[in-house]
Amino acid sequence: MNDTVMCCTDLTKSYGKKPALKGVNLSLKRGRIVGLLGPNGSGKTTLIKIATGLLRPNSGEVTIDGNPVGKASKAAVSYLPDCVSLPDWMKISELINFYAGFFKDFSTEKAHRMLTSLGLDENQRFKTLSKGNKEKVQLILAMSREAQLYLLDEPLGGVDPATRDYILNTIISNYSENAAVVISTHLIADVEKILDEVYFIKDGEIVLNDMVDNIRDVRGRSVDALFREEFRC
Amino acid sequence: MMNWHFDNDRPIYTQIIESMKLFIVSGELKPGDKVPPVRELAAEAEVNPNTMQRALSDLERDGLLYTNRTSGRFVTENVDVIEAMKLEIARKSIAAFLTSMEKIGYSRAEIPQLLKNFKLGDEASE
Repeated sequence: MNDTVMCCTDLTKSYGKKPALKGVNLSLKRGRIVGLLGPNGSGKTTLIKIATGLLRPNSGEVTIDGNPVGKASKAAVSYLPDCVSLPDWMKISELINFYAGFFKDFSTEKAHRMLTSLGLDENQRFKTLSKGNKEKVQLILAMSREAQLYLLDEPLGGVDPATRDYILNTIISNYSENAAVVISTHLIADVEKILDEVYFIKDGEIVLNDMVDNIRDVRGRSVDALFREEFRC
Repeated sequence: MMNWHFDNDRPIYTQIIESMKLFIVSGELKPGDKVPPVRELAAEAEVNPNTMQRALSDLERDGLLYTNRTSGRFVTENVDVIEAMKLEIARKSIAAFLTSMEKIGYSRAEIPQLLKNFKLGDEASE
């Protein structure tokens, strides 16, 4: 097992003529919760989609636990997309079975336990859930895997403060020193206390990489304040 | 359930240590009490588990907590250590108080009289 769980080298990606990533280098260590922070359109989702194998880079390389993106890497990565990607006619219980059939590392018991603590009826169909509950169920499915890397794309998009707390709590209580968690978001004030490390991404480039407490210590302000300064319009 | 609060401009690690010291001095955590597991505390304070771990290790190094290999982490039973820390926190509070009093023009000599005549609840009328 490598100490570094994900490594990107000189990653570039364009959509037609529009560049989305311009030579991204990034190295993620196990046991860390990492924030991928940038405004809308900065390249966060593109980077995550390349790491999951949903998009191919124009050049550069991504390795997950030393393997190129492929069958082995996909088995090691748990991905929470930024939009609903589940067959939404399924009942929650059916989704659990669906995931359990797909991923060897999926813990049905863990999923049931988290759903019970939420008080959700597993006979409910996914499409009949509220937005907040949809987000929670998707997160529970992603976190019920025993993965080496969790890529959470905008897990807090448009949810109420109580749901936000639930989601952050779920991420903290599923922490494992063998896995890295990447949270992509622009809602920094909400997540910075649970992050070890942050990457700022701007127009497809990494413009800053540091530990959260180091930023607070050296600059005397929060990551949120630094972000607002860096990305002022 | 302990009451956690974090300022935005200082490292979270430092603030966890300060909070834990306050919990111990104020008796929210009593000598010999079992400290909840790192993950549980991290979830309660909504902070990163690594940061919580680092802070608890520091408190352990300073003798405020100790680990029993089989049963977990506990608050020290050494009351002298807790008293010493209480004094340390008090000194810091006094220093901060004096600084703000001097800032608004009171001399060191005037402050004891002011304190002596002060009754809680009088703030607004003075």
